[in-house]
Amino acid sequence: MPGIFAFAETRDGEIRKVAHEVVTAARTLADALGTEVHAVLLGGPGTAGAAAELGRYGADKVFVGESDAFAHYSAEGFTTVITGFIQEHGCEAALFPASALGRDLAPRVAARLGVGYASDCTGVEVQDGQIVATRPEYAGKLIAQVAATGTPAVFSLRPNVFLPAENAKAGEVQTLDVSVNQADFGAIVREIKAGAAEKMDVGEAPIVISGGRGLQSPDNFKLLEELADAFGGKAAVGASRAVVDAGWRPHSEQVGQTGKTVAPTLYIAVGISGAIQHLAGMRTSRYIVAINKDPEAPIFKTADYGIVGDLFEILPRMTEEVRKMMA
Amino acid sequence: MRVKSIVCVKRVPDTEARVRIAADGKSVDAAGAKFILNPYDEFAVEAALKHREAAGAGDVTVVSVGESSSAETLRTALAMGADAAVLLKTDGKPEGLAVARILAEELKGREYDLALFGMKAIDDDLQAVGPMVAELLGIPAATAVTEFSAEGGRITAHREIEGGHEVVELRTPCVLTLTKGAYEPRYASLKGIMAAKKKPLEEKAATAGDAGVEVRAFSYPAERQAGRIVGEGADAVPALLRVLREEAKVI
Ligand SMILES: Cc1cc2nc3c(=O)[nH]c(=O)nc-3n(C[C@H](O)[C@H](O)[C@H](O)COP(=O)(O)OP(=O)(O)OC[C@H]3O[C@@H](n4cnc5c(N)ncnc54)[C@H](O)[C@@H]3O)c2cc1C
Ligand SMILES: Nc1ncnc2c1ncn2[C@@H]1O[C@H](COP(=O)(O)O)[C@@H](O)[C@H]1O
Repeated sequence: MPGIFAFAETRDGEIRKVAHEVVTAARTLADALGTEVHAVLLGGPGTAGAAAELGRYGADKVFVGESDAFAHYSAEGFTTVITGFIQEHGCEAALFPASALGRDLAPRVAARLGVGYASDCTGVEVQDGQIVATRPEYAGKLIAQVAATGTPAVFSLRPNVFLPAENAKAGEVQTLDVSVNQADFGAIVREIKAGAAEKMDVGEAPIVISGGRGLQSPDNFKLLEELADAFGGKAAVGASRAVVDAGWRPHSEQVGQTGKTVAPTLYIAVGISGAIQHLAGMRTSRYIVAINKDPEAPIFKTADYGIVGDLFEILPRMTEEVRKMMA
Repeated sequence: MRVKSIVCVKRVPDTEARVRIAADGKSVDAAGAKFILNPYDEFAVEAALKHREAAGAGDVTVVSVGESSSAETLRTALAMGADAAVLLKTDGKPEGLAVARILAEELKGREYDLALFGMKAIDDDLQAVGPMVAELLGIPAATAVTEFSAEGGRITAHREIEGGHEVVELRTPCVLTLTKGAYEPRYASLKGIMAAKKKPLEEKAATAGDAGVEVRAFSYPAERQAGRIVGEGADAVPALLRVLREEAKVI
């Protein structure tokens, strides 16, 4: 039986956490179907060094395609190599991360193969021999169970939902022939401009601490940044649209329907009322904590735990306690 | 440079709308909901208008696939300032690959520099139709674009990625999918609304094929367990951290 294809995302030669997640999910499907996981890794020269670690998460084979043309992501180049691989080796399902890269790449791969696509899935499983994905729609107001009508099923997986699990397999590394010519690409990535370099992205951080209009001014966001720092590099700061529209925070931090969809292990909403469009972006978080002075604020209906009170008193105390705890 | 854009727009239920699962358990009943122009498509329309204005030459055509009610959505875009509209009329509301195929077929017969899309439609939340159309047409694309410039037949687009952004250079024609960024949508003026009524809105019949995925069932999200207020004020902080550590085991 053809295997399960797992796209293993790298950046600057390093495997990204979402790659572990995708391989982990692929392993679950492969075990249910009694087949193999074939991970594919594309990047610039030197990427192969990272390949072997994918075996730990359950890849039976890791195919590495290195090319100068792949020092940066190329939608056209990656699509060509991946569809070529899938056409040659076959696969029951092709899994991608629902990252910025995966959301760009997966629909192109599906369209070139002439098959359907389900994005941002929060579950994949085998039901009666068929691969079925779970995905929120209508901003999370509905949950859909979707199945592909053709082969392969092309799915992208919401980051942070499929926790990487070790399940060691051979992870045999093979070289993939990458004959692409950058001159053929109609789109070329010229540079990557990093945001504040050492900060985590809200879309990927295991802990997200978001602030809303209750913070009262952009300067007060330092209270959130200090708390995030206290968690020792595992936390990112997010924002409601109200404060992004006011120009207090960049759009890259906005959580919600017209911002990012996040699913951290812990989401802390501070001075955020909990409008439906905000919930759209964070309701699949594992645990939600709300800090709000209004006990009637709708956010408390979605939160697992809450503190009612003034955030200007609560945050400094919390930072202090977290620092103690982490020390 | 002249900027000739085609903007693909979708009619979607308002963000506040209640959506119910229909009797068959696998389709959606949005009856009674207010419908709007997809918010991300507003960014795309705005971007097209801005670039037409900056270039002083070109035009903006808006295209939608859907039932006859989508004409209203196209009028909204015309009222914002688009020049012409095309409704590719289908029975029902196709999604994903089925929509991409209809749009690609339409775009094949047209001349344009930019095919603009929203990053996602807020009903199916798919984030796919733009790059699918690019693939079907064999043209380059950049997704999640916050801002772009057009010079000498080349587009330089900034796309949002984790922890920063990518600067992508594309040749035209190309597909861009827009997210919130430099193009805060304008409101239609009364004059715009009046003018929209006289602008051309062409209707053509279209047939949707297989989208390649089928919904087997819809359900409502599991209600999150009623939240627990662990206390009031700063004194509740130790108790909160305790439950996060011991009960939830997340810190
Ligand atoms: C099409 C559309 C798309 C949208 N997309 C998004 C989106 O992506 N993301 C998003 O967030 N919103 C989005 N919105 C906006 C959304 O409807 C709300 O307006 C917004 O989320 C409100 O932001 P807020 O909670 O920060 O502000 P508010 O609603 O003003 O809430 C502020 C909260 O702070 C509390 N507070 C005030 N002072 C204190 C204090 N000292 N201590 C503790 N608590 C305090 C208040 O009790 C209140 O609950 C969208 C709206 C539309 C129409
Ligand atoms: N029925 C449609 N008619 C025209 N454009 C559409 C349609 N569906 C989706 N699009 C475009 O594709 C974008 C992404 O939609 P989706 O892939 O469904 O999230 C939307 O923001 C629109 O620009």
